[in-house]
Amino acid sequence: MSAQVSLLISDLSWAQPELYVAIFALAGVVLGAVFKDGIAPFLGIVGACVFVAAGIWAFKFQPGDAVALFNGSMVVDSFAGFVKGIIAFCAAATLLLGFDHFSKTKEQRFEFPIMTALAVLGLFVMASANDLITLYVGVELQSLASYVLAAWRRDDAKSSEAGLKYFVLGAISSGLLLFGASYIYGFTGSLRFTEIAAATDGGGFGLLFGLVLLICGLAFKIGAAPFHMWTPDVYEGAPTPVTALFSAAPKMAALALLARVLYEPFAGMADQWKQVIVALSALSMAVGSVAALLQTNMKRLMAYSSIANMGFALMPLASGTPDGAAAALVYMAIYLPTTIGVFALILAMRRDGAFVESIDDLAGLASRRVLMASLMTALLFSLAGIPPLAGFWGKWVAFKAAAEGGLVWLAVLGGVAAVVAAAYYLRVIASMWFKPAGAALQAPSGTTLTTALIGAALSFPILVLALGWLETWARAAVAASF
Amino acid sequence: MEIGLVHYLIVAAALFTIGVFGIFVNRKNVIIILMSIELVLLSVNINLVAFSAFLHDISGQIFALMVLTVAAAEAAVGLAILVAYFRNRGGIAVEDINLMKG
Repeated sequence: MSAQVSLLISDLSWAQPELYVAIFALAGVVLGAVFKDGIAPFLGIVGACVFVAAGIWAFKFQPGDAVALFNGSMVVDSFAGFVKGIIAFCAAATLLLGFDHFSKTKEQRFEFPIMTALAVLGLFVMASANDLITLYVGVELQSLASYVLAAWRRDDAKSSEAGLKYFVLGAISSGLLLFGASYIYGFTGSLRFTEIAAATDGGGFGLLFGLVLLICGLAFKIGAAPFHMWTPDVYEGAPTPVTALFSAAPKMAALALLARVLYEPFAGMADQWKQVIVALSALSMAVGSVAALLQTNMKRLMAYSSIANMGFALMPLASGTPDGAAAALVYMAIYLPTTIGVFALILAMRRDGAFVESIDDLAGLASRRVLMASLMTALLFSLAGIPPLAGFWGKWVAFKAAAEGGLVWLAVLGGVAAVVAAAYYLRVIASMWFKPAGAALQAPSGTTLTTALIGAALSFPILVLALGWLETWARAAVAASF
Repeated sequence: MEIGLVHYLIVAAALFTIGVFGIFVNRKNVIIILMSIELVLLSVNINLVAFSAFLHDISGQIFALMVLTVAAAEAAVGLAILVAYFRNRGGIAVEDINLMKG
């Protein structure tokens, strides 16, 4: 008995990041029930601190070898630590942005930090999943919290429509994922990733069918084409801080989960799944880049931009090499702060107290608010992959990994997509600097400006050194885990 | 005739197909979509329990219990969102969910 207790305590000590977030969410419910919405500012600040603490813990205390927790249903390794660190920082930044936004619109509700914490808990569980049940529960915990967050503005028709669409399409994707998981269980006889890996035996039709359905379900969660149709509508309809949250942390977790599923249990079927990932990547890059050209709303533009960027991130993964997984991590680690920075600036777009979000509202911004326009320009140049900026370096790493993995044509297609994508980023930039100014936007708030500044600073290769570290970390994380 | 694993799999696949078609073909009512989602999840449960019995391995049934629990939570969240939507729009017809093109 005491052996079991000490095992449980040791497992729980490795699961500390998850415990911090879970305790915060539960305590938040109690505090919220007692103090009502007055506690919302406190919960927002404490929540961001808890996320950062959990992220730093997960990043700092990585075991040398993978540690299996709770009878093998979860695993803590360097890969999970790296991913959780990034998730935590993105979530903390978007929580603070939401806090700032909702205090301006006088919609502070204590449930917001709690729902965000539950979503983050789901993301952490996804990053550590080592078993099909944990995978499913993590994905669902994140999704259910996200559906509610998308419909956050209860009295707004667009927001509740976004929530409804996200719910229906998300539920279908969960169904696909589960149906795939049931076939994988049936044809390998186990739910544990390690045991599945031993039983794949080169695959077979039933197992391949299950794997493809599982990949489809996860592709839905990262918003890769052809499973992207929810992305533009949900991005547009959800309140902007919630959109910022959706565009960052969940993508990282779902991509990491996909990488783990492909590289651990299904390493033996790489030849089969590579084709699926190649198709997802090529379609996402094409759809994301071309469809964004037609958009007039900044949030829809960023939605298509995220679809294209998921295509770029899937490209190195399709090579099936450890370098590919490391490159995908690096790509995401560079992309996420940039996209959060852009969303911070979208949140700063206010005119006469009302929030605006169309590209035309940015016209002539440079003549009125030079700092905002410069930050937006730097961030969009980085997203477009213009050379000295970090975005270029991320694409370089991704393209190199894909080409070395034998996918030269996919890298070339990615290059073409990046050029097309540059056109719509440049359109926004040209509108800010060269179009005649309309009515001036209000001065941005401190929080949005700071977030955008950090995002822009991270997109500058001051940090050539830091970028070198990033790649080293990512490689080490992948090498120690897969 | 003995009922074997394949029979269960066929029933589950049929239910799954009906559920997915119910979601995409149905143009009337969001409640029907919710019912179709339940159908999809139940077909997965049939699969899991059938495999579990076939493999003499209990973990599939544990998974089925998890799926049931999450499905209940999912239905609760879905209905709550649907109520919020109904209050804003005064209807839940599928063809009216078009404020945003997509």
